[in-house]
Amino acid sequence: MGCAPFDYVTVDSFEHAAQLLRTYGEDAKLLAGGQSLIPMLNLRLLRPSVLIDLNSVPAHAPIITDGELRLSALTRHRSLLEDRLIEAHAPLLPMVAKHIGNVRVRNRGTIGGSLAHGDPSAELCVAALAVDARVDVLGSSGGRTLNASDLFVGYLTTSLEPDEMITAVRIPLPAPRTGWAFEEVVRRGSDFAVVAVAARVRLSDVDGTISDVALALGGVGDRAMTVDAPLLTSAVGTDGSDESLDEIAAMIAAHVEPFSDVRASAAYRRHLVAVLTRRALAGAIARARGGASHR
Amino acid sequence: MKHEITLVVNGVRRTVPVESQETLVDVLHDRLGMPDVRYGCGEGVCGTCTVLLDGSPVSACLMLGVQADGRDIITAAGLCREGDALHPLQESFLRHGASQCGFCTPGMLLTAYDLVERRSLPSRDEIRYTLVGNLCRCTGYTKILDAIEDYAAMRRAEKEEQR
Repeated sequence: MGCAPFDYVTVDSFEHAAQLLRTYGEDAKLLAGGQSLIPMLNLRLLRPSVLIDLNSVPAHAPIITDGELRLSALTRHRSLLEDRLIEAHAPLLPMVAKHIGNVRVRNRGTIGGSLAHGDPSAELCVAALAVDARVDVLGSSGGRTLNASDLFVGYLTTSLEPDEMITAVRIPLPAPRTGWAFEEVVRRGSDFAVVAVAARVRLSDVDGTISDVALALGGVGDRAMTVDAPLLTSAVGTDGSDESLDEIAAMIAAHVEPFSDVRASAAYRRHLVAVLTRRALAGAIARARGGASHR
Repeated sequence: MKHEITLVVNGVRRTVPVESQETLVDVLHDRLGMPDVRYGCGEGVCGTCTVLLDGSPVSACLMLGVQADGRDIITAAGLCREGDALHPLQESFLRHGASQCGFCTPGMLLTAYDLVERRSLPSRDEIRYTLVGNLCRCTGYTKILDAIEDYAAMRRAEKEEQR
């Protein structure tokens, strides 16, 4: 069938795109990597009147500034796998990027596009939450910065205004003795995650016990979500024994409200939350201790 | 909305009129009449329409034709050597019986070609991982993996000889 007709405009700056969004309103769509948008056009799930192509906007290489790793929104998934600065300061990103789609998706897809699409199972949405990422947003009336946790508001829905776009992703540089892990279950390789879990654990400089834990889940609700801190506090101050991780995992699994769909039943998803949470926490602790690489 | 684009396809510069909504696979298959670029799923999942964009595999169904303006495209036909002689990777596919109906073969070849150029001697697991986005409904993949492993070993030997 193919796409319904639309007009195509290419821009070389985010500012120009913001002006065009103001002119065309909700009838326009932004085209970044296109790995989710173009399937939706091909299937005629969307029929925009105008496509604004961002691919000619210069995408700066990852940089460190003001204690943050700053990525252009147009950073492609492939760069997450290949860039040394990202590997050194945000190793969770390459860990999750290797699970995204297939080699063609990784060659075209962008981090800003993935976050703005807001798929509840998307690896990068889960990762953005687990690293406390913030996004720079630009609209026709100016810019703002918001936390990834304030970005996802529902199924494929973000808090971006119709004339706004993500221009950059900021990731705080990690404290020493921090480890990350990512676990997901898919029905077949390259598919969307049935359940995905990303963990970040920091160990105390003094006695090596857990001083901070963050956990993000995908595939268990209408959006990628952060696990509420009170569910994790029992781990703080402990050395992360098997029993304590089991307990936390069971508590989180009891707390989530997963759904049933073609991929899995709600009960199976709940089971996966427990198993994958347990694995992700153990993996992050091991890496924080320096016992395992992030590759 | 009409556009005129100029792109290089398998080393030949082509100027083509395209509508905004035409995808790259529409342009290559329908406008330029290339039978080795095939529409499969339209969702970037099956890998049938794989082409190399400036050297890297992309789904031609998930790019607009107009986005290929000024870019370099290689299709399976572009792998052939002078006088339509088969590429050693194609020879390996033939030798191993890695192609049956042939529908997926162009995408398999281009994905494998890129992998071997990037990774030199990929492990069987790496080949499997990289081919996850190329679906074959005939062969069961084993012979495809054999063919690529064999070609990679050959290519590696060739590179070492050149040193």
